This record gives sequence, C-alpha cells and structure tokens, in this order.
Amino acid sequence: MKCRKCDEKAVIHMRQHKLALCKNHYLDWIPEQTQRFIHDYMMFDPADRVLLAVSGGKDSLALWDVLSRLGYQVDGLYIGLGIDEGISYSAESQRITEDFAAAHDLVLLIYDIEENEGSDIPTAASLTRRGRDRPCSICGLSKRHIMNRIAVDNDYDVLVTGHNLDDEAAVLFGNTLNWLSAYLQRQGPVLQSRSGLVKKAKPFFRFYERETTAYALLRGIDYMYDECPHAVGAKSIYYKQLLNRLETDRPGAKLSFYLSFLRAKETMSFISEGDDVELILHPCTSCGQPTSAPDLCTYCRTWVEVRSRRVTMLEQGIES
Amino acid sequence: MIAHIHLRDQEFKVRSGMTIRSALLRLDIQPEAVLPTRGGELLTDDEILQEGDEIRLIAVISGGTY
Repeated sequence: MKCRKCDEKAVIHMRQHKLALCKNHYLDWIPEQTQRFIHDYMMFDPADRVLLAVSGGKDSLALWDVLSRLGYQVDGLYIGLGIDEGISYSAESQRITEDFAAAHDLVLLIYDIEENEGSDIPTAASLTRRGRDRPCSICGLSKRHIMNRIAVDNDYDVLVTGHNLDDEAAVLFGNTLNWLSAYLQRQGPVLQSRSGLVKKAKPFFRFYERETTAYALLRGIDYMYDECPHAVGAKSIYYKQLLNRLETDRPGAKLSFYLSFLRAKETMSFISEGDDVELILHPCTSCGQPTSAPDLCTYCRTWVEVRSRRVTMLEQGIES
Repeated sequence: MIAHIHLRDQEFKVRSGMTIRSALLRLDIQPEAVLPTRGGELLTDDEILQEGDEIRLIAVISGGTY
C-alpha cells in the first residue's frame, strides 16, 4: 500500500479516514491534526502555561512530544503511585518519564503519594472501604485531586491529559449503557475552569489508540509497555474490545459514535429536570480544593481514613 | 509454508500467502487492537505473509495509564 501523499510505502492505514501514510508524512500528520483540534476546540493558546499529566505510557509521552514540537510551553506532572506487584511498575514508569524529560530538556514535576500522604496507593486501598476490592477508585480519586491542586497552586492555565478516542468512546459507551446522564452531560474533550477547578483538555481525543501507539513507535519514544497490573479485568478494557469488534466490521464506527455524541450535546441536554448536575462547590476545610461535600473533600476524607486505620493497625501490632 | 505471528508471549503459526489482516481475523485477534511489525518496521495489514515471516504484534489497548 502506498502513502496517499507520496510514492513511499505506507506504514499505517487508517480505515476510518481511508488514509494510508508513510512514516514521514504520518509524523507530520499527527501534529498537524493535533494543532487543528487544539484550535477548533479552543483548548489553549501558545501563551498559556500547560501542565501535562504524564504516566510513562504511550499516550502521555506521545502528546508531550507533539506539543513540544508544536512549540507549546508544556511541563509534565508525574504522580508516583507506589505500585510494584513484582514488576516495579511505578518505579519503571517514573524512570521512563524522567528519561524522556531529560532527553527533551523538559520540566517534570514529581509528586510521590507515599512521601506526601504516608502510604502508597495499594496500601491505602487495602485500608479503605472504597478501595478494598481494587485500588482503581482511590487511584483515580487521588490522581484527579493532585493534578488539579498542583495545576492551581502553580498557576497553570490548563491541565491536559493524553486520553485518546478509544478512551473517550469506552467511557461514553459505559455512560450510555448505564444511562449516567450527569456523566454524559459533563463528558467532553474540554472542561472549562470553575470554582477552583483548572481548565482541562484532551488534545488527542480524536486519535485512535492505534494511531497514538504508531506515533510513539515511529518517533522512537520509549514508553511503559506493560499495563498497570490492576488494570486486568477492567471494564474500560472490555468496552474497548467490544468497540473494536464493531470497528473491524464498520470502519469509523468509534469515531462516529463519539463525534455524534458531541454534536448531540450542542443541541440537547442529557439530564432531566431535577437531576443534580451543577453541584455547588466550596473549598474543602482541610486542603481548600473544591468539593460538594459539606466539610472535607472526598480525597481528604479518604486519606484521613487511611491514616487512622494505619495508626490502629500499628497500635495493634498488625503489618499492613 | 508457515509464517509466525507473535503477540506478547504467544506465538501463532499461520499459512503464508494470506494478508496479515486475514491471519489476525482467523486467530480472533482484532486488527484494531494491534500494530504489526517485522524487523522493527511497522506494516499495514494488507501485507502478504511470506514463508518464514516473523511478525511481531504490538498491543495498543491500554487501561492503566493516563
């Protein structure tokens, strides 16, 4: 198969676009399209200070690479979760991220949860009702809270993440399946800032996961190939597999599903009268971050519970 | 006439002469979930498998990073 733009051999065929490109044209196409999305969806400007959540995975590192090539001022934030599970998952992902930042002369902020909160994520999960079965809930809660806090405290204009089309379509699928109308109303590639919440954007939201992976490989970006060990059996991965089955039979189905949803949101509301969507937010009495809860935010309440249980266990001589 | 397809720690033997896409579908591997490579080079899935080919598939689906 030949490249659409030249006679070179194509390295990727994107059926949803009926487009095949060679390596050189593909490595230009991804940044060009990303810039178009940033502009069309009014995500941020070149003068904005951008904080990118990086995990060492292909999407966040590929996005950091693209945004740097486009000339944006992008600092990275890595959150150390303390996940080991026999493969030194967090340590390795941190090393990969640090190496990438150093090689590209980029600023990387590192926040280690165990250093700051006294427990890593798996230990904290085992000590809470919220995380007892698997740590994903407390992990997500902690990451969202920390990302916002660091972005706000350091005066960043926007927080970006490497979420791709497959991520967004899987979330949309789950929200639709369960008709989570409040989540549907809030889902989108850009979330405006409000009440202490920094603006958030997802510049890769229209790329398939296959495309961001291809970009990382062709750019020679070293990324964390192993999945988080706690992702096994995750609903998001199951939904992605279902959507990929659909995509195999109907190229473009995933993209059409998501873009149709965004168009629908422009003209209709997913919530019914009486649904509690626009929560009233006020500062947490401990950390000052916005919360709808009356006193402590969910993050602070969770970590208070973790510390309290640890103290109890230490007093009882129980190893966590 | 055999070609080899590798995905993580699994190895599959398939008959050469068919496209990579056909081979993936026969193996119940979703073409959208992988990127085929040979010798470190990306391939499009219309590539015809040759005898002795060693195709390594890169899995693209993730769920644990952001």
